[in-house]
Amino acid sequence: MTALRSRFLWPLLGLIALVAALPLVTNAASQREDFFLIFMLVILASSLNIIMGYSGYVSFGHIVFFGMGGYVAFWLMFTFQTHLLVAALAAGLVASAIAFLIGAPILRLRGAYFALATIGINEAMKSLVTNFEPFGGAVGMFFNFSVYDAYGGARSAAQLAYVAMAVVALATIFTSFVIKKSKFGLALMAIREDQDVAMVLGVDPARAKVQAYVISAFFPALAGAIFFFKSGIIEPGPAFELLRSIEALVMVMLGGIGTVAGPIVGAAVYEWLRSTLITTPALSSFHLFIAGLLLLVVVLFVTAGLVGFLRHRFLAVRRYVE
Amino acid sequence: MEALIASSVDGLMLGFVYGLAAMGLTLIFGVMKVINLAHGPIIALGMFVILTLTKSFGLNPYVALLVAVAAGLASGIVIYWVAVRRVIDAPELTTLLATFSVNLMIIGVGTTVFTTSPRAVDVDLGALRMGAVTILGTKALAVLIAASVAVALYAFLFRTRSGKSIRAVANNRTAAELMGIDSSRFLALSFGIGTMLAMTAGGLLATLFSFTILSGGTYETKSFVIVVLGGLGNPTGALLGGVILGLLEGVSTMFIPVSWVPVLEYAIFVLILLVRPNGLLGARR
Amino acid sequence: MTLLEVKGVTLRFGGLVALDDVSFAVEPGELVGLIGPNGAGKTTLFNAINGVYPITSGTIAFQGMRIDGSPSHAVARLGVARTHQVVRPLADLTVRENVTVGACFGREGLGLDAARAASVEALDIVGLASKRDELAAKLNVSQKKRLELARALAAHPHLLLADEVLAGLNANEVAEMLGVFRTVREQQVGIVMIEHLMHAVMNVSDRVVVLDHGAKIAEGSPQQISSDPKVIEAYLGDPKVAERFMAEAR
Repeated sequence: MTALRSRFLWPLLGLIALVAALPLVTNAASQREDFFLIFMLVILASSLNIIMGYSGYVSFGHIVFFGMGGYVAFWLMFTFQTHLLVAALAAGLVASAIAFLIGAPILRLRGAYFALATIGINEAMKSLVTNFEPFGGAVGMFFNFSVYDAYGGARSAAQLAYVAMAVVALATIFTSFVIKKSKFGLALMAIREDQDVAMVLGVDPARAKVQAYVISAFFPALAGAIFFFKSGIIEPGPAFELLRSIEALVMVMLGGIGTVAGPIVGAAVYEWLRSTLITTPALSSFHLFIAGLLLLVVVLFVTAGLVGFLRHRFLAVRRYVE
Repeated sequence: MEALIASSVDGLMLGFVYGLAAMGLTLIFGVMKVINLAHGPIIALGMFVILTLTKSFGLNPYVALLVAVAAGLASGIVIYWVAVRRVIDAPELTTLLATFSVNLMIIGVGTTVFTTSPRAVDVDLGALRMGAVTILGTKALAVLIAASVAVALYAFLFRTRSGKSIRAVANNRTAAELMGIDSSRFLALSFGIGTMLAMTAGGLLATLFSFTILSGGTYETKSFVIVVLGGLGNPTGALLGGVILGLLEGVSTMFIPVSWVPVLEYAIFVLILLVRPNGLLGARR
Repeated sequence: MTLLEVKGVTLRFGGLVALDDVSFAVEPGELVGLIGPNGAGKTTLFNAINGVYPITSGTIAFQGMRIDGSPSHAVARLGVARTHQVVRPLADLTVRENVTVGACFGREGLGLDAARAASVEALDIVGLASKRDELAAKLNVSQKKRLELARALAAHPHLLLADEVLAGLNANEVAEMLGVFRTVREQQVGIVMIEHLMHAVMNVSDRVVVLDHGAKIAEGSPQQISSDPKVIEAYLGDPKVAERFMAEAR
């Protein structure tokens, strides 16, 4: 398809791959940790953009897939010593299956009702998991360090996790781009603009929305699997942390909703801001205030976000940057 | 059986306070179609107003409550002017995000200032024993105050000129403006009343339970459940929904472990959204 | 085979009867004018054919197949396209993207590249080619109406439901649009046209159907309709129209 001949996609992916390679080459562990986190945020923001930016369905509870993915993968690795990559893929499929099941009913809801329902679902999942003994209940699960032996030790495992996260980030960006340039993406955007008109034009909104939701669930699940593998411990609170969902939302809005580059820019900027603030212990929770302020500014004044604004203003940017 | 009655009464009473908070949320939605996602932190702020005034200034908690009422009104008006006014006619989601940003800001500052350590306000008003049912004085007073505020709200909305103006604006803003009503002023006032109810409820909850700056979240979700149960925009529905939820909570703890109660609440929430989004009593419009 | 067959269609909204036992048919290559006073139910009829509103009783058949009760996207896929009386552009998409949606998901279900080509063609026909890369929200009302038409045509439908496409256009633009309709008709597309511009409808229609208060009160050639006393009476509320009718009849 012509989209794959894009002069934006491959340079973008190449650039990100280069950046990802940096800490591996220089062996800088703390930089690798920072990038690990940023790639994770890029995955969360980019996947959220698929349902939120392209389809117009703002999900506040997107983190539920991160949590479910994390739990399913962790359980597999914990119980059956499944390899990370296999467990992660399985987790992705499970998350997509869940998205398929709940997507059909909740995507019938419009606007704010949908947003609230996603919060409800995330909280319901969290409460459910807290009571679910096979997943460790309220305490959660944790690895015996020996688990990492199968990967050549803890350091190698961390390295693997890093590479895996970077690859998933690239995959998410690739998927986001392909969708945007495809007939499917056009259908989603038509639904976003005016669902009734889209229907009159022949778009089947229910099917398209569920498809988008299913795809958007896959990648955070992979990210969750990798993240909690590296942490060695998974608990309901951090797995289903609503705030992380919201931060992903802020990243999407900040960077530019409905664009491919937006979530990446948003994730990078937000994380940079957060880590700058967090170095002052007194201000450690203050990043939430900054997040709120940024969100408010974007919502009130620059709804299109950074990339969106640039695309509106400069034709050259619009032609080249998606 | 006796335990059931006791739990029921307890839940019912708590439900009144929940209902008060939910009334605030539903009022704002009814008047301007905005879902105030800063609702939770405002409830928490109410708790902290009581805490600060009683601990640092030695004020009687119920006197402090009056301050909370005033602070609630003032903060709502400010939030309206800063975050909501500009986008009030924008799509629902824009206002959702705008109020949510206020939520984040309050939590951000609140956590920095107050930290997340649990706090408590010590109030002891004794207890009343009626057979198997023990009614805590604080709870009884909380119900009384909540009920009084609700009655006062109705009196305001239906008997005063300002109240009627608010109802006019809620009904049809353009028509109200054509009649000479300064809708901007009354929208701000409505928002303020909504947050006032939330902060007051928070203050009352402070006299009953320990809390942290993040406690608002739980009550916010309960408010959502209540508001959806009772119908978005319907204050009577909110009060009723609150009582129902309180009752449900109280009774269900007899049959399911406490940790499952949130699951039940969220399940009800999602179910109602899917099956009867207009709530049991029907939403406004 | 008859392209569209509407038989005894009644549509009730609660106690309100919006459509009352309406029946008519459209053949391929036929242009049927649908007229009537405001509130007669013309757009409602379109919404019923389109699958936007469910009908209370009666049948609607398209190319021999029942379509009443089908969702609007299924009806669109069969080859029924419509424009809206109150324009509804996909605001944040470009003009070209708007029309491409029509080509992608309409009857022909074209792939993206073929759809883009079809959209260029459709935009040329309605005269919006120069605005291809503009955001749809930025067009003026008459351009938006033409966008609606292009969007509908890009799907190469068998039946076109055009809802007041000519409103707000000047005399030249009207003549242009009528030309477009004639071209489309020549391709054996059936057209039902809701219009208030009497001379335009009478000029280009093969047949005219008149609705009033949800019921069909007359059907016939433009000449027959303009001298039908029932029609004139229905329009008497609007003396200018009655006058014009009289003028046409002469």
